[in-house]
Amino acid sequence: MPIVKVDGVEVEVPAGATVLQACEIAGKEIPRFCYHERLSIAGNCRMCLVEVKPGPPKPQASCALPAADKQEIFTNSPMVKQAREGVMEFLLINHPLDCPICDQGGECDLQDQSLAYGRGHSRYDENKRAVTEKYMGPIVKTVMTRCIQCTRCIRFAEEVAGVEEIGAIGRGEDMQIVSYLEGAVTSELSGNVVDLCPVGALTSKPYAFEARPWELKKTLTIDVMDAVGTNIRLDSRGRQVLRAVPRINEDVNEEWASDKTRHAVDGLVRKRLDTPYIRKDGRLTKATWDEAFAAIAAVDAGSSVAAVAGDLVDAETMYAAKALLASMGSTLLEGRQTGMDYDTSSLAAVNFNTTIAGTEKADVILLVGSNLRWEAPLVNTRIRKAIKKGAKVFAIGPETELTYKVEWLGADLALLGNLPEAVTETFASAERPMVIVGGAGLKALGAALALVSPLGLVKDAWNGFNVVHMAASRMGGLMLGFAQKGGIADLVAAAPKLAFFLGADEVDFSKFAGSFKVYVGHHGDKGAAAADVILPGASYAEKSGTYVNLEGRVQRGERAVFPPGDARDDWTIFRALSAVLGRTLPFDTLDELRANMALDTPALATLGLASFDWAPPALDASATGEITGYPIQDFYLTNAICRASPTMQRCSSELVHGVDFAEAAE
Amino acid sequence: MAEAPKIPDEAETRARWGAFAWTEENQKKANEILGRYPKGREQSASLPLLDLAQRQVGAETQTQGWLPVPVIEFVARQIGVPYMRVYEVVSFYTMFNMAPVGRYHVQVCGTTPCLLGGSDDVLSACKNKGLIKGRTTPDGMFTLTEVECLGACANAPMVQINDDNFEDLDYDKTTAILEALATGGTVTPGSQTGRRDSCPAGGPTSLTAMVDENHDYREEWA
Amino acid sequence: MLADKDRIFTNVYGFQPWNIDAAIKRGDWDNTKGLMALGQDALIDAVKASGLRGRGGAGFPTGTKWSFMPKEPKADRPNFLVINADESEPGSCKDREIIRHDPHKLIEGALIAGFAMRARAAYIYIRGEYIREAEVLFAAIAEAYDKGLIGKNACGSGYDFDVFCHRGAGAYICGEETAMLESLEGKKGQPRLKPPFPAGAGLYGCPTTVNNVESIAVVPTILRRSPEWFASFGAENNRGTKLFQISGHVNKPCVVEEAMSITFRELIETHCGGIRGGWDNLLAVIPGGSSVPLVPAAEIMDCPMDFDGLKKVGSGLGTAAIIVMDKSTDIVRAISRLSYFYKHESCGQCTPCREGTGWMWRVMERMRTGDADISEIDTLYQVTKQVEGHTICALGDAAAWPIQGLIKHFRPEMERRITEKRGGGLSPMMEAAE
Repeated sequence: MPIVKVDGVEVEVPAGATVLQACEIAGKEIPRFCYHERLSIAGNCRMCLVEVKPGPPKPQASCALPAADKQEIFTNSPMVKQAREGVMEFLLINHPLDCPICDQGGECDLQDQSLAYGRGHSRYDENKRAVTEKYMGPIVKTVMTRCIQCTRCIRFAEEVAGVEEIGAIGRGEDMQIVSYLEGAVTSELSGNVVDLCPVGALTSKPYAFEARPWELKKTLTIDVMDAVGTNIRLDSRGRQVLRAVPRINEDVNEEWASDKTRHAVDGLVRKRLDTPYIRKDGRLTKATWDEAFAAIAAVDAGSSVAAVAGDLVDAETMYAAKALLASMGSTLLEGRQTGMDYDTSSLAAVNFNTTIAGTEKADVILLVGSNLRWEAPLVNTRIRKAIKKGAKVFAIGPETELTYKVEWLGADLALLGNLPEAVTETFASAERPMVIVGGAGLKALGAALALVSPLGLVKDAWNGFNVVHMAASRMGGLMLGFAQKGGIADLVAAAPKLAFFLGADEVDFSKFAGSFKVYVGHHGDKGAAAADVILPGASYAEKSGTYVNLEGRVQRGERAVFPPGDARDDWTIFRALSAVLGRTLPFDTLDELRANMALDTPALATLGLASFDWAPPALDASATGEITGYPIQDFYLTNAICRASPTMQRCSSELVHGVDFAEAAE
Repeated sequence: MAEAPKIPDEAETRARWGAFAWTEENQKKANEILGRYPKGREQSASLPLLDLAQRQVGAETQTQGWLPVPVIEFVARQIGVPYMRVYEVVSFYTMFNMAPVGRYHVQVCGTTPCLLGGSDDVLSACKNKGLIKGRTTPDGMFTLTEVECLGACANAPMVQINDDNFEDLDYDKTTAILEALATGGTVTPGSQTGRRDSCPAGGPTSLTAMVDENHDYREEWA
Repeated sequence: MLADKDRIFTNVYGFQPWNIDAAIKRGDWDNTKGLMALGQDALIDAVKASGLRGRGGAGFPTGTKWSFMPKEPKADRPNFLVINADESEPGSCKDREIIRHDPHKLIEGALIAGFAMRARAAYIYIRGEYIREAEVLFAAIAEAYDKGLIGKNACGSGYDFDVFCHRGAGAYICGEETAMLESLEGKKGQPRLKPPFPAGAGLYGCPTTVNNVESIAVVPTILRRSPEWFASFGAENNRGTKLFQISGHVNKPCVVEEAMSITFRELIETHCGGIRGGWDNLLAVIPGGSSVPLVPAAEIMDCPMDFDGLKKVGSGLGTAAIIVMDKSTDIVRAISRLSYFYKHESCGQCTPCREGTGWMWRVMERMRTGDADISEIDTLYQVTKQVEGHTICALGDAAAWPIQGLIKHFRPEMERRITEKRGGGLSPMMEAAE
């Protein structure tokens, strides 16, 4: 490990570190614009110049220079100060002085660094360059005059998103960042370029002119748009969440978030259920909580009660419902709304065992019925990283663009019992093989599990068997027992007098025609429309909740804002109802609920990866039938919040259905 | 990009060029070009294939050729590279025209060696013939571009018209060339003063033996 | 004057055909197999001994450069030779003459150099605008293949070596070696960060040496005539013969091969018919292509034209492209036009060059017309210093140096324009204070 001197202080740095990293280890701040830990090194902004001895008598770009033993690095010599001032001046000569009307204001690298490293005045007397705005799609707003050509967005699109649709055309001072033919960037991750952009060139279109960063209350929580469990920060002002941005979690989302995670939040203030409703004469009419509870009590269901958990609910809500049902004498719990009935006797067999971060290390991957790009975009990016290190990817299912090279084997599930030699040979020589079973492959779970031993998926310190879930509530629900052997069909068969739907909107409600349907949720979507009683609940932004992501990681989010109107935290609804039904639940606070839940399912009480013993069930290993499509038809409209979000609606029409919104510069 | 011409409407170019494909002859050339680079390095052929495509467009339109978007995409597919990357390349190199040019693309060198040699006169000759920088004449005959050094500095000032250089120019000689081209007359590329390429005017100061015979100096080596 | 028998490029004016038969008659491809039989290390040693320094501008010793290449290339990472024929430096026009009139010297040199550095193939990157020149080169390569001089078992040596021609498409920056590699890989010509250097990871990530056309084309003759012969020309550390390209205000602009270290005066008198209007009419000279600072008349007249001699007068030999300016020259305009050139050719990748070239050109244009403040001359100088040494490649330096040379030697002229524009006399500070 090389030892270098930074401003006279000796530090030891890892082999292969750059001078910039060495300076950071030594605690020296190095200004930068183009350099980003997660992108390739471009070395083009020249802001990170430092003086290095031995070396040529000119400052060196520290981001690109390997740290070498006995190097002497100076980060605050006159040469470095001058170089930084010079580069800063160049960056600013053609940058508009429009900070007062720029959305980046207050969180702008250029602003901050010009204050710290700039000269305080400009000697530039010429006209500034003006660049026309470019259309980049529904998420990214452009003000290209502000662009400093750091190329982070280009590198992100190419390297992380895998969508080479952003580039720099022209050259010299005429170089401009554009999307291809100024079309919408067709990536589910396009919003990340907004975070990456160090200036106000790429800003968030839905969030334009909404707020200044210092006005916002920042709440750390967990995203529920998919089962990845993206760590996010909800920025709110008053009662409204204005934006969602990713937090860094190397194990989960690194520092990315999908466009759905970021921009479905404008659905939180639309189509909300803010008061209880009771169906009277076929019409839903507003009611008080007491009236609603009385209507439920009047059903007099006895133990003939069932609960279906939707995709977005937290473990606490599910536990409260489970406790209520248990008090009534029922265990009819199910979370797989659409009718899936895969075996859940071993949670390890339906878990993403390799872990999200572990995916990067795989050397061969077989996708079974998964459009991973839509089912878990941030797992998909990890596969791209694995491929960069040499991994090969095969897939069974209808061909779709996953942003990387895939060898498509066909769509017949029978392939699982008869893999081509090319596949088995590649697996035989692999050290860290992975099989990933997606939404369309779960019906062949037995056949996939049968591959574990022939393909050598499980070995010391490596479990390469993975199932991708798409619902944030899924793993938590399975842990809490929200699964029947026959799936939701078992609930239908039991013909419960009373059925609770916890934000469940994807259920075939016609099958529950004979049940008194109580919808506990936050959006007036399909579930509310079918309900006999609506109890208005809280969305993920409005409650503190525990979520388990697809790899079994228990995470907890906090409340950012209060639910609207008469809506209540979901668990309190069940607690209140239980009293009306004469079966008062034994918890009065969230902490008490959690304590009870910990007794029920201890794993939910410990944050971090839950451990599931690897004991796969012996299932029928035969699989037949063509996969005709993937479960997600439209990435942007997968749940009630998205469907209420104008931004997601717009993304759907433009990016999925090809409606042309491209307008010339605003 | 103040000087850049407006890129033609996409729908229009798609209708006209959407079905672009190599001619039989150019297919052979394209194969030969691809053969120069190692397998898996087809992207290397982007410049030569774009040039070939521009020439084919030129041949089809009786101009010096340009690269409509569908043609760029065609080339990108040929080498298996995302459209954006090839589009960037087209915009980066000056020899690729992103908008149509005329029958003759008059590229006057204006860099200092030619400036010293009198490129102002060459440009004013062009101007007086109705050529405007960055534009094509209404009859579609000439497009005038002021370009940077074309590497014929010992024969300054010079102009490149399509594939040929015209060197050692002045106002009258430039006018004569433009007039000849406009009327279908013949022009002779190279130095317009009659000197042999970059040999000093009036005959060589060295290697005089080479003028009349292919002299072998080896016998004189000692 | 260099004797004709000691000239390497005997067909430089193209009085005789370029084709292979004519070239062989002039001495090319003469026992190439025998030269290669000397062995790779001996060849590199011979080139080192000749004192040949790169002819592309930087003047790095050619033999030493070759010795950086791996001695045992791996099968999946072959060595490559890339020959820089992207001659775009204003003032330079020598490679063009080699390629269109003596292409076989280049191809034979490519084989020998490629063999010496254990390369699998050579790519000759010729600038796109050299259309007719490229046609000649393609045809000459085809001739060489037909005769078995290159390709499988080149010249019967048992060594397989391909030579390919690759045409650029109009970008000065592609003359920078790593930008050239990018362009050769089919991308925008944006210089790479160094390290890694091309000898470690160049074309397609393989070890690569990039040499100028002239550096390669002189090699066969050096080997035939001995390194000592080549080293007998020019001053110590500046050996050999060199193609000089003289443009601008001489009576007879031309390209001519001469011994290194010939004085400017002798070169101009012998081959160019003197300065237009006589030596008293000489104003300044840019001695090495647009990237080097200009040298005023008095300092250049008897200066030896070589790396060290020109360095002493604050300039450089560059590509030996000599741009002569007499007293009729609008010197500020001449340099401003170069500033425009660099603004036009900046690749746009890194900040100081992208923003600085445009700034410098705009100020230079105002300097030309006198619409400036005298204090701006210092500002301009500081801006050039802010660009110089802060960029990824040398284009930033190249854009800065001509202006620095102008300010150093012609500051009074710049000040004169500014004060005259202001009606003389009036101090700019006073005006600013109003």
